[in-house]
Amino acid sequence: MSTTTTTTTTARAVSGPMVDVREVRKHFGHIEVLKSVDLAVQPGEVCCLLGRSGSGKSTLLRCINQLESIDAGEIFVAGERIGYEEKRGKLHPLSDRAVARQRRSIGMVFQRFNLFSHMTALDNIIESPTGVLRTSRSTAKARALELLDRVGLADRADHYPRQLSGGQQQRVAIARALAMDPAVMLFDEPTSALDPELVGDVLGVMRDLAADGMTMVVVTHEIGFAREVADTVVFLDGGEVVERGAASEVLTAPEHASTQAFLSRVLREEA
Amino acid sequence: MTTTAPPPTRSAPLPVARQRHYGRWVVVVVLVAVGGFVTFSLVTNPRFGWPVVFEWFTSERILSGLLNTLELTLISMVIGVVLGGVVGIMRLSTNPVIAGASWAFVWFFRGTPVFVQLLFWGSISALYPVIVLGVPFGPSFAEFSANDLITPFAAAILGLGLNEAAYMAEIVRAGVRSVDEGQREAAAALGMGRARIMWRVVLPQAMPVLIPPTGNELIGLLKTTSMVAVLAFPELLYSAQLIYAVNYQTIPLLITASLWYLIVTSVLSIGQYVLERHYGRSFSARVSRKKTAAMIGHAA
Ligand SMILES: Nc1ncnc2c1ncn2[C@@H]1O[C@H](COP(=O)(O)OP(=O)(O)OP(=O)(O)O)[C@@H](O)[C@H]1O
Ligand SMILES: [Mg+2]
Repeated sequence: MSTTTTTTTTARAVSGPMVDVREVRKHFGHIEVLKSVDLAVQPGEVCCLLGRSGSGKSTLLRCINQLESIDAGEIFVAGERIGYEEKRGKLHPLSDRAVARQRRSIGMVFQRFNLFSHMTALDNIIESPTGVLRTSRSTAKARALELLDRVGLADRADHYPRQLSGGQQQRVAIARALAMDPAVMLFDEPTSALDPELVGDVLGVMRDLAADGMTMVVVTHEIGFAREVADTVVFLDGGEVVERGAASEVLTAPEHASTQAFLSRVLREEA
Repeated sequence: MTTTAPPPTRSAPLPVARQRHYGRWVVVVVLVAVGGFVTFSLVTNPRFGWPVVFEWFTSERILSGLLNTLELTLISMVIGVVLGGVVGIMRLSTNPVIAGASWAFVWFFRGTPVFVQLLFWGSISALYPVIVLGVPFGPSFAEFSANDLITPFAAAILGLGLNEAAYMAEIVRAGVRSVDEGQREAAAALGMGRARIMWRVVLPQAMPVLIPPTGNELIGLLKTTSMVAVLAFPELLYSAQLIYAVNYQTIPLLITASLWYLIVTSVLSIGQYVLERHYGRSFSARVSRKKTAAMIGHAA
C-alpha cells in the first residue's frame, strides 16, 4: 500500500480495472444518495454516467477522488484502495497527506471550471506540478505550453480566467488536470455551464483525449458525445445503477423504463 | 402609447435648463457660518494656547512618545494579523476542538473591554508573582519575577495584540469564507494539501475582502494605544500627560497629541486608499496585469 501511494506513473500498468467502485453507499443526512453502486472502468475506457438530476452522478464522481467520504463499500483506482489503508487485517483512514497524494493521479474537471481566478492560464496549470510534484518551473512551463497548445489555447497563456470565455476556461481546466499526469480523468458535466456554441470545442478536446487512450468517467447530458465517444454507458436513477452496457446498445435500445424515459426526454430537448 | 400622434415637424432641439441645487447652497452657507465661528474661536480664545502647542509639537518628549505609539501599533498589529490569521483559519476547521478553541478565544477577547484587559496585564504580578519556565508539575528551568518580565511595554503588547488578534480572526474568517468553495475543491482535486490550498489559493483571493477592514483595524489600533497611558507607558498620550502634569497646560498638550494622531491616521488612510484601489482594480480590470498577480500570487 505505502509503496503504491508514492508513485503515480507505475499505477498505470494496472491489470484490473482502472476505476473499481464496489457496493458504495453514501448518505446525506437521512437521504441515501448512493445505494450500493458498482462501477468498473477499464484502462483506456470512456464511461459515460447518465441520469436525471439528483440521481447521484456528481456524488459518485466526488467519492472517487474523496471530495466526499463514503459510508460503505470500497473504491480502487489503478489497483490502489482509495481513502483507507490495510494494516493487520483492518482498514485505517488515510491521513490528509496520503489522501492528497492519491488525488494527484485522479484528474477532475468541474461544471463551473473553478480556475484559480488570481492566476493566469499558465500559472493555473503549473501551480500543482511545481508546488506538489516539485517539478522545476521551466519543465512545468514547457509542459503547460504544450498542453495549452493541445487544447487550442497556445496564445492564451497569459490570460486571466476572467479574460477567457467559458469554453476556453474549461479547456484550460482540462489542461490543468492533465498537467498532473493523472491515471484517470473525471468530468462532471463539463459543458453544462457553457453557451451552446462553445460546447463543441470542449467536447473536441475530450474526444482527442479519449482517442489518446485516457481513461475517462464522464457525467454528461450530451447524448451525442456519449454515443460517439463512450465505450460504456452507466445509467443511474435514485442512487442505483439501473442499466449499464456498451454505449451503442444502451443508447439505441435501452431496456429499463427510466432509461427510455430519460433518453427520449434528452433527445427531444436536443432536437 | 404607441399610437400618439407623430411629433410636429422637426425644429431645433430645445435647450436643456440648468438644474438648480438650492439645497446645496443652503448647506454651504450653514457650513461656512459654523466653520467661521469655530475658526474665530480657535484663533481668539487664548486658552487654546497655540504658542504652547507649537512649543511642544516637535519637542523630544512628544516625539519619543509618538515613536513609542508607532512601535506599539506596529508590533500589536503584527501579532494581531499573525495570531488572528491562525485563529481565524482554526475557526473554519472541521475539527470541533480546534474550532471551539478559536471561538472561545474570540469570545473572550472581544467580549471584554480592551481597557480592562490592559489593566489585567498590567497587574498580572498580583495574580502570578513568579513566572516559571519549565515542565508543568515537573522540573523548572528558569524563574522570573512577573514584574521584571511583564514590563508596561510587554503588558501593552499583550493586551493590544491579543485583542487585535480576536478582531482580525473574524476578518480573516469572513475573508476566507468569501472565496468560492469550488476553488478549494479544485485545488484539493489537484493534490494540494490544506496549508498549500490556504496559502496559495484561498488567501490571495480573499485579499480584496481582507484589506479594507484590516486598514480600519490598524487606524483603530493606533488610537487604542492611547489607553496604554493607564499602564504608565510613555506613548504619545501619556507623554503629553506627563508634561501637563507639571506645567498645567492640559488643553494645549492634548491638542498637540491629537494633531499627531490626526497626522498619522491621515497617512494611514491614504495608504489604505491606495491599497484598496490597487486590489480593486486588479480584480476587475480586463487588461493583463502581470505585476499585480505576481504580487498577490507570490506573496509567499
Ligand atoms: N452536500 C450535500 N448535502 C446534502 N445533500 C446533498 C449534497 N450533495 C448532494 N446532495 C443530494 O444528493 C442527491 C444527489 O446529488 P448529486 O449532485 O449527486 O446529483 P446529480 O446526479 O449530480 O444531479 P445533477 O444532474 O443535478 O448534477 C441530491 O438529492 C442532492 O440534493
Ligand atoms: Mg451533478
